[in-house]
Amino acid sequence: MTTTPTPQQHLETGSALGHSVPRKDSAQKIRGQVKYVGDTEVPGMLHGKVLRSEIPAGRIRSIDASAAEAMPGVVCVLVGTDLLDIDPYYGHAIRDRPIIAIDRVRFAGEPVAVVAAETEEQAEAAVRAIRVDYEPTPAATDLDGATGPGAPLVHEEPARGGAFHGLGNLPERLGNVCYRYELDWGDLDAAFAAADVVVEGTFEFGSAYQYSMETHACIAQVDGDEITMWANCQHPFLVRAEMASVFGVPLSNVRIIVPFLGGGFGSKSYTRLEPLTIAVARKARRPVRVVARVDEAILTSRQHSCRIHLRTAARNDGTLVARQAVCLFDTGAYADNGPRVVATAGDAAPGPYRWEAVSVVADCVYTNVSPAGSYRAFGAVHQQWAGELQVDEIARKLGIDPLEIRRRNLLRHGEDVRPGGKPLDGDLIGDVEKAAAALGWDRPRTEWVGRGLSVGVLAAGAHPVSCATVRMEADGLITVNCGTTEVGQGARTVMPQIAAEVLGLPVDRVRMGGTDTRFTPYDRSTGASRSTTVAGLAVQRAAEDLRRQLEDMAGGEADPAEYLNLMRGHFGFAGGELIGRADVHPEGSGSYAEGPVFWEVAVGAAEVEVDPDTGVVRALRTATIADVGRAINPAFVERQDEGGGIQGLGTGLFEEVLFDGGHLSTETLLEYRVPTTRDIPREMSCVIVENADGPGPFGAKGCGEGALAAVAAALATAVADAGVPVNQLPLTPERVWRAIQSRNDKRSEV
Amino acid sequence: MRIALNVNGEPREVVAAWEGESLLFVLRERLGLPGSKNACEQGECGSCTVYLDGVPVCACLVLAAQADGREVLTVEGIAAGDELHPVQRAFVECGAVQCGFCTPGLVVAAHALLEANPDPGDGEIREALAGNVCRCTGYEKILEAVRVASAEMSR
Repeated sequence: MTTTPTPQQHLETGSALGHSVPRKDSAQKIRGQVKYVGDTEVPGMLHGKVLRSEIPAGRIRSIDASAAEAMPGVVCVLVGTDLLDIDPYYGHAIRDRPIIAIDRVRFAGEPVAVVAAETEEQAEAAVRAIRVDYEPTPAATDLDGATGPGAPLVHEEPARGGAFHGLGNLPERLGNVCYRYELDWGDLDAAFAAADVVVEGTFEFGSAYQYSMETHACIAQVDGDEITMWANCQHPFLVRAEMASVFGVPLSNVRIIVPFLGGGFGSKSYTRLEPLTIAVARKARRPVRVVARVDEAILTSRQHSCRIHLRTAARNDGTLVARQAVCLFDTGAYADNGPRVVATAGDAAPGPYRWEAVSVVADCVYTNVSPAGSYRAFGAVHQQWAGELQVDEIARKLGIDPLEIRRRNLLRHGEDVRPGGKPLDGDLIGDVEKAAAALGWDRPRTEWVGRGLSVGVLAAGAHPVSCATVRMEADGLITVNCGTTEVGQGARTVMPQIAAEVLGLPVDRVRMGGTDTRFTPYDRSTGASRSTTVAGLAVQRAAEDLRRQLEDMAGGEADPAEYLNLMRGHFGFAGGELIGRADVHPEGSGSYAEGPVFWEVAVGAAEVEVDPDTGVVRALRTATIADVGRAINPAFVERQDEGGGIQGLGTGLFEEVLFDGGHLSTETLLEYRVPTTRDIPREMSCVIVENADGPGPFGAKGCGEGALAAVAAALATAVADAGVPVNQLPLTPERVWRAIQSRNDKRSEV
Repeated sequence: MRIALNVNGEPREVVAAWEGESLLFVLRERLGLPGSKNACEQGECGSCTVYLDGVPVCACLVLAAQADGREVLTVEGIAAGDELHPVQRAFVECGAVQCGFCTPGLVVAAHALLEANPDPGDGEIREALAGNVCRCTGYEKILEAVRVASAEMSR
């Protein structure tokens, strides 16, 4: 066991830990010198462009690419029949998706052919020259169309489990339901029958798009059975394994190089453009770069929309007793990460309250629209707003203050969130009190101004496997090797801070580069708020291993000023290097055995103003709580909460991916609006809570996702507090205006 | 087709550019200046903001041919050598940089704002930067960076 220094010691030693060390990559980024995948060129590289299906469902009768192939600069056109020498299906949860359409298409926008040409312009021109003869078939373009009697089946073949679903035995597919999550405890009927107050409603949650500024991009090069990629993937090690399996090559023959990412937010989780880029490069026998346009990126990943039927019961004294949730999630034409999203949402459906009985059924439903996958705070963002609206509805009926009803019912530290797994590891009552205080909960409010609170937790950390090395080079400088991807969160600064702390060195003597799966130690993924916690723990342990080696050479305590002399003494000249290594794996009991690794806290408060004439909701102020155990870099924690909070504002108020008859109708930033400087609240406060109760380095636990769910839900409860409860997100002006009108109509009837 | 333009103070010539190529494409793919980003390519996100004869434009909406004989200043030319312009320094110091993809466009847009209005109010900053989308930050630190740069430049 290692001892964790106290905060006072850090200050005394001048350590970087707990201080807002500036980003190590900002000087490069501020000059425009960082190369993202789309800025990268490989000698001999071609440009790939994708032909996408024009119909939501149908059979491909034939594809005529002969004209395209004869066009200037065109090297090859990849079509489905080129893939028959391999098992061309992928999907980490369910292996249901062909690299490109083979015999049928399942959504408008599905890749059908890929052109590789000398220039982008030539590739685009050739895409327009390909003729596809489709036989349209009935399409299930939304939840109603996919679940009703006689609904057309999106997939008819038997389901095959993917390599990384982590959900035990996948159940049989039921119609278009590819995965069902169930959670039950207590006697639900008895609890509802004995309750004094029951509220019930159906809630509709629209799909947002992650909108990372950088779209999906990949360069692939195939040399025999060696595949090399430059890709902006969040989980390169999972993609490597999946591509090895699909293309039938040894895992270590697949090499993925990941430079900086221009944001991800889940859109670059798991496998995206990589398989079709490899497939076209394989056919072209030259490297190919494919960069998605924004409309193509929206068709590549989006958030799940869902419909939740929710009932909540309470006693007259405000004690919550039972909740039932029946949920349908639209995962689109391929499962993608849908099963995990649905399972996480199922866990989040009860909310972090003490219940006598709970029943959750959440279905992941195939439809003939573009696939939905991970988006920051998935599961929690889907459920929290609906559950919190019902908590407030009960509070209103019983005349209890929203803060008070939460105080009475929220789980306390150490209580079970659900039967099995890790108990609650945060202080939710303290957190929501801090959020309320930051917002000025008790200040008087005017008409059409509402204030809302929201509390939730999110199963975080994913599967706890991360490996790291910390290398002292011949000049005494330290390099951290760790497979966490720099998506903007600051991993390449935080990991050096952790290693510097362990080694007692200034942080400017430690650096971290990008991922190259051939050389960088394994890390499961960059998501689920796990990097600082899980990968950070591996880095801490690797640095400790390095320190032990130096201590062995010193025969006792090693003075950081003597590190270089110790190493030179060991090697007998000014060379050699020392490598500390370590991993994190499911181990012992508790966080790293039972899961989730930690419960990410999603607590927030919002104040809004509703314009009764137009239905426009303006977010005036928000407050979020970053209950992070230990803030390695407090400024980065705040930036995570601000960014997540603003994405929550978009999800809560106006961002929505819309389809019309299966066709994407929000193709550009004109139709799909994301928050700008005009939309941000006058005041956004982030309160950092440090109880050192996390399983990561120095008691840290992750953050950055909770704020999205917290703010979206707090906006909904705030609008309800202003007098306009709306069971639909986002709270677009039209929806809010209609709710005001229907309320006025009801009043005039009375 | 042959286009002659001045980029970041240097005369540059592009040969055999296709007539429909955007200034952004020429900067990125033909002149080796990938700092301006190809994010939305529809003039909606501001990530490709550059100066054209002193006026900030979205390089994705300008045909390269329109830049013939004119002066272009990109993020790469905002400061000389190892220097940082006060706007860049403020972005670094305030923590206004995260993933960095919107940053080059925002640096040029903020630079242009302060050229035109050295002491902007909060509302003016918000309005001036409303055409630049950032998805990582909550914009707060970007606004702060503009205020800090403004104070430093007026010193």
